[in-house]
Amino acid sequence: MPPPNLNSSTLIAADDVSKVFEGRTVLDNVSLEVNQGKIVTLIGPNGAGKTTLVRIILGLMTADSGTVSRRPDLNIGYMPQKLVIDPTMPIAVSRFLELSGSSDPDHLRDTLAQLKIPHLLNSPLTSVSGGEMQRVLLARAMLRRPQLLVLDEPAQGVDVSGQAELYGLISEIRDQQNCGVIMISHDLHLVMSSTDEVVCLNHHVCCHGEPEHVSNDPAFLDLFGARSAESLAIYTHNHNHEHDVRGQIKPPRGE
Amino acid sequence: MALLAGCGLAVAAGPLGSFMVWRRMSYFGDTLAHSALLGVSVGLITGGDPQLAIVISGLGLAVLLALLDRNPKLATDTLLGILAHTSLALGVVVLSLTSSVRVNLEAYLFGELLTITPRELAWVLVVIAVVLAVLIKNWNAFLSTTVHRELAEVEGHNTARLNLILIVLIALTISVSMKIVGVLLITSLLIIPPATARKFSKNPEKMALNASIIGVICIFMGVFLAFSLDTPVGPSIVVVAGGLFLLSYVLPLSSRS
Repeated sequence: MPPPNLNSSTLIAADDVSKVFEGRTVLDNVSLEVNQGKIVTLIGPNGAGKTTLVRIILGLMTADSGTVSRRPDLNIGYMPQKLVIDPTMPIAVSRFLELSGSSDPDHLRDTLAQLKIPHLLNSPLTSVSGGEMQRVLLARAMLRRPQLLVLDEPAQGVDVSGQAELYGLISEIRDQQNCGVIMISHDLHLVMSSTDEVVCLNHHVCCHGEPEHVSNDPAFLDLFGARSAESLAIYTHNHNHEHDVRGQIKPPRGE
Repeated sequence: MALLAGCGLAVAAGPLGSFMVWRRMSYFGDTLAHSALLGVSVGLITGGDPQLAIVISGLGLAVLLALLDRNPKLATDTLLGILAHTSLALGVVVLSLTSSVRVNLEAYLFGELLTITPRELAWVLVVIAVVLAVLIKNWNAFLSTTVHRELAEVEGHNTARLNLILIVLIALTISVSMKIVGVLLITSLLIIPPATARKFSKNPEKMALNASIIGVICIFMGVFLAFSLDTPVGPSIVVVAGGLFLLSYVLPLSSRS
């Protein structure tokens, strides 16, 4: 039975989570929810606390305050930002995927076919290119038939044409498996079309909601500037608050 | 008897050393090995069984290092260097203070395989059996943690516990191998055979197995070399291991096919 604060479609919910590193507030009362069948995208500048938030959601790190509730026995598929294999380890893609604990050969074949990487199965992991590696990592996460996919910059190192395809694949996986997805992304223009909710994070949640709503939000425009705003074909609003160099909200300027 | 002890060690050192190579723990192994000498001195002072003292001190240090490993800010090369050399020096100083006992320091530093007693052989074989059993039983979990610690953690492995177990296994192996190659050279027997095996191996399991085979060859050739040239056994084994490693890189054989 889910805990009382989770409704039946919620997979994981962070509530007023804060984290401080050496006196620096990385997360400031951040709340967020991922529901079944929904894609939530975390955007925000470098150092905004996106990875920290994901680590807390994954249970790799504990919050200083606030709570994280997850559905009991939640099965999470995690795609790390990168994988560094020591060159002294000889390991093929097939063996790496086996380590997920899944031993269903049909599922493995289907997953690789869907991600268009069946030819990589017997290649050494160290010889796989950046874009292919992202698909291998996504395959490893999918093999666990997760209820929740957690993706840390899934399109990193992927060329531009491959990026759109990869985000398309993620939507497709969500449609098929009806899993929840939370991902960190920098590719604003690509993410907007394939996400249900955008959370714009800069230590605190600047704004969140549907992509159309967020892309018109002054806080979003303030963070990402006019250039990305133009590429998204949105018009500029007045800012309702400003950030200092550490991303904290500055008090409104006087007239 | 000496060959049996040496081969037993080489067989366990194959897979264990492979993990040390993959996880870049060779300096870590040195630290454990150097501090084993302190265990010897403590054992001699207290009049206890030296072998038992080495095992206990090794385990103590293993747990300490595992705790430091959880706080990456502390577990630097510098810290390992301080621990390794302080404990080695302290071991030598304490040994020289216990003038009542005549101790052959060289035997501990470089090994003295040929004078191994049945009791010591029994220690070696029991520890090797335990190490191999634990490694094989948890092989996939260890491998998963080595490939990507956080991914393994999310997939339900207790990586902190696995790290601790691995460090304890290394400490145990080092503690029984002092007699064979000595504290200064033990890490080489753990590291060199896997490094040589890497070139001929296409998957982690084959690399571990090949490393064991290469280790056994090193023991046989080293003992033979020591007999024919009348050289110390421990260093002879390591010289052979180093020679085979060099040879494997000179030979035109290649795993990149």
